Amino acid sequence: MAEILRFATAGSVDDGKSTLIGRLLYDTKTIFQDQMDAVEKASENLGTEGPNLALLTDGLRAEREQGITIDVAYRYFATPKRKFIIADTPGHIQYTRNMVTGASTADLAIVLLDARHGVVEQSKRHAFLASLLRIPHLVLAVNKMDLVDFSEEQFNKVADEFRDFASRLDIPDLTFIPVSALLGDNVVDRSENTPWYDGPTLLTHLEQVHIASDRNMIDVRFPVQYVLRPQSEEYHDFRGFAGTVAGGVMKPGDEVMVLPSGFTTRIASIETMDGPVEEAFAPMSVTVTLEDEIDISRGDMLCRPNNSPTVTQDIDAMVCWMTADEKFAPGMKLAIKHTTRNARVMVKDVQYRLDINSLHRDESSDLLELNEIGRVTLRCTQPLFVDEYRRNRTTGSFILIDEHTNTTVGAGMILGVAE
Amino acid sequence: MSYELSHLRELEAESIHIFREVASEFERPALMFSGGKDSIVMLRLAEKAFHPCKIPFPVLHVDTGHNFPEVIEFRDRRLAEVGARLIVGSVQERIDSGQLKEEPGLNPSRNQLQTPVLLESIEENEFDALFGGARRDEEKARAKERVYSFRDDFGQWDPKNQRPELWSLYNGRTRKGEHIRVFPISNWTELDIWQYIEAEKVEIPQIYYSHQREIVERDGMLIATGPLNTLAEGETAYTETVRYRTIGCMTVTGAVESDADTIEKVIAEVAGTRITERGATRADDRVSEAAMEDRKKEGYF
Repeated sequence: MAEILRFATAGSVDDGKSTLIGRLLYDTKTIFQDQMDAVEKASENLGTEGPNLALLTDGLRAEREQGITIDVAYRYFATPKRKFIIADTPGHIQYTRNMVTGASTADLAIVLLDARHGVVEQSKRHAFLASLLRIPHLVLAVNKMDLVDFSEEQFNKVADEFRDFASRLDIPDLTFIPVSALLGDNVVDRSENTPWYDGPTLLTHLEQVHIASDRNMIDVRFPVQYVLRPQSEEYHDFRGFAGTVAGGVMKPGDEVMVLPSGFTTRIASIETMDGPVEEAFAPMSVTVTLEDEIDISRGDMLCRPNNSPTVTQDIDAMVCWMTADEKFAPGMKLAIKHTTRNARVMVKDVQYRLDINSLHRDESSDLLELNEIGRVTLRCTQPLFVDEYRRNRTTGSFILIDEHTNTTVGAGMILGVAE
Repeated sequence: MSYELSHLRELEAESIHIFREVASEFERPALMFSGGKDSIVMLRLAEKAFHPCKIPFPVLHVDTGHNFPEVIEFRDRRLAEVGARLIVGSVQERIDSGQLKEEPGLNPSRNQLQTPVLLESIEENEFDALFGGARRDEEKARAKERVYSFRDDFGQWDPKNQRPELWSLYNGRTRKGEHIRVFPISNWTELDIWQYIEAEKVEIPQIYYSHQREIVERDGMLIATGPLNTLAEGETAYTETVRYRTIGCMTVTGAVESDADTIEKVIAEVAGTRITERGATRADDRVSEAAMEDRKKEGYF
C-alpha cells in the first residue's frame, strides 16, 4: 500500500470545507492543544460562536481578516495506515489558478455537495478542474445530511444528478459519501443516522483507496536532472545521471535510448547513497550509470528504444492562465519549463476558450485572461520530449514563465502534437 | 516486488529532487544550517542528492553567539565529515562593531538580530538560492509558503503575491539581488523527521535526548541556566530531567521535561504529544497570531 495520499479540497466559506478538514484533523487527533487554544481565542475575538475551525487553515493575516481562503494551504495528518497531505484550496472562481495549483499534485480530490442544494455551479467547476488535472479519484462528499434528515432519497437524488453531469467528464473513479462535517457523521466514525449506507466513511476511503496503479509503470521516462562526475580517486571514471523517474520501471541491463541524440546503450547500474538498487520507478530519485560513454546533459531524457515520448516543437495543450498583468494571446513569447528542459515558446493560436462552469467551448475568443482555461497551440524553440498528460502527468505538463517579470503565468497539460 | 515507496522514501525522493534542481539552475546556492535536527536531516539529504560527489554548495550558519556549546561542536565535526565549506554570519561580531544593538533588558533575545545578519551574508556572498529547513506543519504562515519562495532585493516575502507552483516544476528565475529560499522538507512533519533520524541512524546533538540540566522556569518555559542567562529576582534555578524538541538561541529555547533518552522513546513522545513544537518551546514564536508571517515578510528564515 502506498503510504502517502495527496488529496485536494476546494471550497469557500459556506460549504463546510473548513469544517470537514477541521473534523478530519480533530477526530484523528491531529490538531494540537495550543493550536486549538489559539483558534478558540481568535474565535472569541471575532465574536463567532464556538471554535471556528476555518481559522486553523486560513494562515495569512489577510485571510483571517477577510474570512476567506486565498491561497493553497498544505496540511498534514496521519493514521496508522497512511500519511495524508491535504492541498486545501479556495473555491471561488477568482481563485481557479490556486485550485489548479493544489490539484496538480493530488491523487484524489474531495468535492463537497450540499445535500439541500445538490449540484451547483461551483461543484461542477471543481469536478471539471479535477478531471482536467487528471486527479484519478474523486470523492463527492454529500454534506449537511443532518439538514435533510439523513434522507437516502435526497442523497441518491444528488448523487444521480452529479453522475449525470460527470458523464461528460473523464473521471476514472467516483465515490459518493453522505456526511455531516459539523456533527461528524461518516467522516471518521460511521454514522448511526445512515443505516441505508453501506460504503466506507470518508477517512476509511482515504485510507484504502488504491493509488499505486495510478502511476505510469509502463513507459520508461527518465529526465536527466544533474550529471554527477566526482573525479575523485575512489570514483575516478564515475559518470552518473541523476534524476527522478517519471515513468516505467528501470533495471540494470535494460536497453535505453537517449533523447535527443537517439543513441542507445544499456543501464550499467542504478545508484543511491545507500547502495545500488535492482529497480527504479516513479517517483524515486536515483543516479543511473550507462555502459557506453555518451554525451548526456541536463534536459536530455532516457527512454526505451521501442517506447519513446513524442519529440516535437509544436504543442497542442490545455493552458490555465494565471496572471492579470497581461492576456495570453497569439504572438506572445514566453519561457517554458518542461521536465528538466528550459526553452522558449511562441503562442500560435488559441483554439478555444472553455467556460469552466458550462464547459461550453468559445471558439470566437483568441485570448485568455486570468483564471481562464483554453486549448492552445505553441511553437517551441527546441524539441521537447512529451507524452499526453492523461498518460503521464510529469512528461505531459509544463509551466509558462513571463521573461520580464519572471513569474509563473501559465500551467499547461499536453494533448499532443499540434498540426 | 511491489512498486510502492514507504512514506519516508517518497519524502526523501521529493527532497533530493529539489536539491538537484537548485544545484542545476542556480549560480550560487547555500544551505542554511543551524545545528538543529531539521538542518541535520537537510544536510543528509543534500549528501544523498549528490553522492558520490561532495555537496556542491557551502553551508551558511547565522550564529547568534547564544548557541548551545554541544551544537557548535556537533556542527564543526559533522561539516568536516561531509567536507562542506562553512560560512558564518556572526551576530556577535556585528554587535561588537556597533552595527547591531543588543535588545534592552535582562537576557535579551537575538532572534530579531538574525535577519539583518542573514540578509547581509546573502548580499556579501551573492547567494541566489538558500536552502532552509522550514516545514509547512510548523506554523500556518509556513503552510502557505512555496517550496521555492521568492525574495525581493530586500529579502522580503510577499505572501499575497507568490508564484504559482505546480507539479514538480519549480520556477527559479531571479534577477540580480533577488533570491529564492528553497524548502526541500516542506512536506515533512515533525514526526517524519524523527522517524527518518531513526531509520537512517542520523546522529543529532545529545541535547535532543533526555539529560540532567540546571534550568529556570520563565514565562512557563524551562530555560537553561548558564553564563548567558542572568536570573531575575525571585527566580530560582533547579535541576530537572529534560530534553529539547527544537534548538535555537539558548536564551529563548525551552526544554521539555522528558526521560526519553533513546530515539524510540523520543518518537513515542512526539507521536503522543498534544502541543506543537514551536508552541511548547519557542518564546520567539509566541509573540502574536501573525508573528511568523511578519518576521518572514522581513526576510527571516
